[in-house]
Amino acid sequence: MTGRTAPPADRDQARLFPPAMLAALVFFASVPLWIRGVGLYEYIGVEIMIWATYALAYNLTLGQTGLPSFGHGAYFGVGAYAFGLAQHGIAENLWLCLLVAVAAAALAGAAVAAFISHRRGIYFAFMTIAFGQVFWFVAVKWHSVTGGEDGLLKIRRLPVDLGVAAFDVSGNEAFYWLVFAAFALVATGLWRLVNSPFGRVLRAIKQNEARASFVGYDVWLYKFTAFTLSAGLSGFAGALFAQAQQSAFPDVMSLHWSGIVVMMVLVGGGLVSFWGPVVGVAVYFVSRDVIGAATTTWMLWFGLMFMALVLFQPEGIAGAWRHWLARARARLAAAGR
Amino acid sequence: MALFEAHRLHKRFGRRVVLEDISLAFADGRISGIMGPNGAGKTTCFNVLTGRYAPDRGRVVLDGRDIAGKKPHEIARLGVSRSFQMMNLFDEYTARENVAMALPAMRGRGFQMARAAAGIGEIRDAADAALERVGLAGRGDAIAKALSYGERRALEIGVALAAAPRILFLDEPTSGLGTEATARLAELIRRLKGSLAMVLIEHDMRFLFELADEVSVIHWGQVIARGTPDELRRNPWVQRSNLGKLA
Repeated sequence: MTGRTAPPADRDQARLFPPAMLAALVFFASVPLWIRGVGLYEYIGVEIMIWATYALAYNLTLGQTGLPSFGHGAYFGVGAYAFGLAQHGIAENLWLCLLVAVAAAALAGAAVAAFISHRRGIYFAFMTIAFGQVFWFVAVKWHSVTGGEDGLLKIRRLPVDLGVAAFDVSGNEAFYWLVFAAFALVATGLWRLVNSPFGRVLRAIKQNEARASFVGYDVWLYKFTAFTLSAGLSGFAGALFAQAQQSAFPDVMSLHWSGIVVMMVLVGGGLVSFWGPVVGVAVYFVSRDVIGAATTTWMLWFGLMFMALVLFQPEGIAGAWRHWLARARARLAAAGR
Repeated sequence: MALFEAHRLHKRFGRRVVLEDISLAFADGRISGIMGPNGAGKTTCFNVLTGRYAPDRGRVVLDGRDIAGKKPHEIARLGVSRSFQMMNLFDEYTARENVAMALPAMRGRGFQMARAAAGIGEIRDAADAALERVGLAGRGDAIAKALSYGERRALEIGVALAAAPRILFLDEPTSGLGTEATARLAELIRRLKGSLAMVLIEHDMRFLFELADEVSVIHWGQVIARGTPDELRRNPWVQRSNLGKLA
């Protein structure tokens, strides 16, 4: 033990841009250069980054705090609708509409969290499903506001007005950079958050709620805050999605789609790694386009992969990668000796 | 008035009365013991005193202030700390992170979201000092679940102590420990004596009678005897029961 030299994990946590963060950002920044070369297109990058933003936000509850929320689509959807409604009803200003979307989703999340933060485990999960279904049902039935099953249409990709200059992002190439900036912002913000004292408390609660409260943490308040933040950021991703699709539909709020984001996070390894959700989202969309090009039953193959992971590698792709790294390091150390 | 007092506590679960009219007093700087047969209500008593359950009736007073019915985290913040009979740690965290969570400095920063926890040297130093106190110096980077049984027991007490409590409740701290680890624990408790009040539930009577200034015997949810270890050794009930044989 060499006194005060921090272990590598501590060093990464203290940094705002650890190597993995830089790698992710460089990777996504380079996508427009080669994506067409491999037979794909910018829009898949847009989808991946939006859903990665959503999955990272979602993982604040599942992976970081250990709260199994199975109705998170509600907040993603509330953000999408709020963005469209603000654009149609208040003003066509990107910043204002994003703010409304985040606020509406956070408010919805806070209202639900207020009812469920004293619960945990399966009871917590059931309550999130029930509330999620309520939001979905409202979106389907409140035709005059949401457009029901027909969706809320004609949502514009609003120009990015920076005061000195405004950028048009209506094309996919330009829109990609807006989404990239949003993803980078949320990823760095959440990285800082999960490694802050607040994040430490959340992971302590995940491990042992009783011990956390007996050393003096108001567990209810932490769970409430984490859930609300997660909902707000999910709504942020939802607002981007509404712009990407130029419309908002109730299906992303359904139990089915709430389940898919859980699956993405688990496949990627969100339970053990901050980056797991991003990996899971990328694998999902690339599988959809690559396997989907070969067969219409791609979801069957993706589902089988999910089952194989649950059975043989419950820590997901990130967990497998970590084990592989540890083994490789051990081999290297043995060879060096 | 004693630092911590319980007045006429009653607690029942359904029809089963677990605590019936229990009154206890724990003085500052002293070691108090609680003994009694299995199922006598000792752990329930701890749970009521530290806020896991609210009493049905009665008062719990810390330094003149009624704390009965307050939440565990509120009671903990007032300076009441406890260990558990079943091991209760943050298993995935390192030993250092475990004690760091309990530090009042960390608790005060709980809602800081914009800076790195790992970068706060003050917390790191205080956590290492807390580990050293319970004999875990140099083990700070070990993951809690990878520690040996004895080390985990020591870490539990380290976590409870890191909260800088005014009164510390230890629920069967020697359970599962070998003779050597038990001796080390006794030494630790002796070293701490005077700096805070301690209350021990204990089955190891030799251990308890050696350390405690005063012992209360709980049976059928009531305090049936109370006194110094010497007084209790002469107590006919204690002598008759299995509890007395070891002492």
